[in-house]
Amino acid sequence: MTQRKRPSSTQSSSQRRHTGNLVAQDEDDDATFTQPSTSQVQRGLEKLTPAQVDQKTAEVVQYFLVKDQKKMPVRRADLVKHVVKDYRNIYPEILKRAARTFDQVFGLKLVEIDPKNKMYILVNNLETPDKASPVRSPSNPKMGLLLAILSVIFMKGGVVRENLIWNTLRKLRVDPGEKHEEFGDVRKMVTDEFVRQRYLEYVRIPHTEPIEHEFRWGQRADAEVSKAKILEFMGELHEQDPKTWTQQYRQAHSLPNSSQASTSSSSQR
Amino acid sequence: MSRQMGESHRRFLQTMMVSGVIDEQAAKALYQYCCETHRTQYAPDKLEDFIDTINSRLQPMFMQIRKGMSENNGLQYYALVNMAETDITRMSSDYADNELELFRKTLDLIVCSEDGKASSTDILNSTDSMTTRKMKKSETEHLLSRLVHDKWLSEKRGEYTLSTRCIIEMEPYIRTMYQDHVKVCHICRNIAFQCQICENPTCGIKIHNPCVARYFKGKSEPRCPSCDDFWPHEIPEVKRPHSQSRR
Repeated sequence: MTQRKRPSSTQSSSQRRHTGNLVAQDEDDDATFTQPSTSQVQRGLEKLTPAQVDQKTAEVVQYFLVKDQKKMPVRRADLVKHVVKDYRNIYPEILKRAARTFDQVFGLKLVEIDPKNKMYILVNNLETPDKASPVRSPSNPKMGLLLAILSVIFMKGGVVRENLIWNTLRKLRVDPGEKHEEFGDVRKMVTDEFVRQRYLEYVRIPHTEPIEHEFRWGQRADAEVSKAKILEFMGELHEQDPKTWTQQYRQAHSLPNSSQASTSSSSQR
Repeated sequence: MSRQMGESHRRFLQTMMVSGVIDEQAAKALYQYCCETHRTQYAPDKLEDFIDTINSRLQPMFMQIRKGMSENNGLQYYALVNMAETDITRMSSDYADNELELFRKTLDLIVCSEDGKASSTDILNSTDSMTTRKMKKSETEHLLSRLVHDKWLSEKRGEYTLSTRCIIEMEPYIRTMYQDHVKVCHICRNIAFQCQICENPTCGIKIHNPCVARYFKGKSEPRCPSCDDFWPHEIPEVKRPHSQSRR
C-alpha cells in the first residue's frame, strides 16, 4: 500500500492553513531569515571545508531526529537559530544534504508541511511490508485512538463536528470529560497534543453558539496515514468490500503511486 | 568492507530507532525479515557485517548500534546509542535538570553498591541532598517509573538496577566518571554491576553473574581464576535464550 506524501513545494492546501488552532509562536518570526541565493550559497561553501559542512549537516540531522521522536514539527526559524547559526548563508545546501541523509540512511522523507511558516516533519519513506515485523515495537495506545479518530473523519467525508468524535470516544470507553487512566486529560490530548503534532486540525465553526469546532486530518496524518489502509480495515471490520464506499474508495485511490499529490482534487473533503 | 546501504538496512535501523534495544535473537530475526522484505541477499552469519554497514553511515551523526550483555540473563543485546555526549546530557531533551540530578544520584548509588542495586528508599533519601529543585516523594516515584519506561533503569521488588541499554550506552561515561569505583568483570572485561566478588582480600576480582555461570559450568570445585581460592558463591545456571524471545 502506498502512503500519500506531500511534495515539498506549495500547493493548494493553503486553504487549510490559517484556520487551525495552532499554538502561539513564542519564537521570533521566520521573517528575520531570508533564504540565501544560489550564488550566495556557492560562495559560502567555498569558504568552508567539507568536514565543516558535514559536521553541520550531522547536527541538523540529530536535531530533527530528536524533535521527530516527539512527533513535533521543526520550524525553520528554530533550526536556523539553534543549530545552523553561522552557517545560515548555506542553509539550503545543509538542508538538501540532511534530506539526502534522511533518505539514504534512515529511509525517511523530509516533508515541508507548512510553506508559509516553514515547518518540516519526517515521514516514513519505506513501503508498508506485507508481512509483520518479528520485532513487536512498543505500540503506542495513543496511536490506536488517533487512528480511530482519523478513520471516523475519513469515512464521514473528511470533516466532522467535534461532538461526533467525543461520542465515538465515549463508545470506546474513553470519556473526554473524565481523567483517563492511560491518556489522562483526553480532551487536551485530542485538541492540543494531536493538533500540535499535526495529526489533527481542530477548527472553530463560525457563528456557533455555544462555540463548536470541527475536526479534520492534519498535515502529518495526510503524509503518514494511508487512507487505503483505513478503508481496508473498515472493510474487514464490517465484512464488506472497501469498494462499497465509493466516495472514500475514490479518495483513497485517486492519487497516483508517486509523491505528487493531486492538488486540484477536492479529495480533501 | 562496508556495503552500500539498502532498504533492508534502513528498515533495520528504523526498527532500532523505535525499539531502542533488542536481544540478539530478535536482531537475527529482524535481519532476516529485512532482507527478505526487500529481496536482499541474506546470509545468516553476516549480521555483524550488516550492522557495520549501518554503523558506517551513522558515524557522522555520532550514533551507533552497539552490542552488550545483559547482567540478568547473560544474553547479548543490540542498542542504538548516542555517542556524542560524554555526559548524561544525552537525556537532557527528555528530563528536567533536577530529574537528571536525581538520575546521577541513583547512578552513584548503583555504581558504589556491592550488588549493583539501589533501593527505592535510598533513592528517595538522596533527594535530601539535591542542589537543584527538590523533588517530592510522588515526583521521585513518577520519575523512576519514567526512567524504567524509557529503558534507563530496571526495577525488581523495589530495587533499581541499570538497564542493559543504559550500560551499553553509558559505558564510556561511567568508566570515566567512576574510574575508582567501577567494577570490571574479570572474564569479559566489561563494566560490572551485578556480579560476584572473590572473597580473598588480596584478590577481590569481580565476575558478572552470567559470566560466573558460563565460566564455572560443569566444574565440580569452582576456583577463582585469578588467585585459585575456592569460589564461595552460589553458581547460577546458564540461561538459555527462549526460542520465542522478543523485546
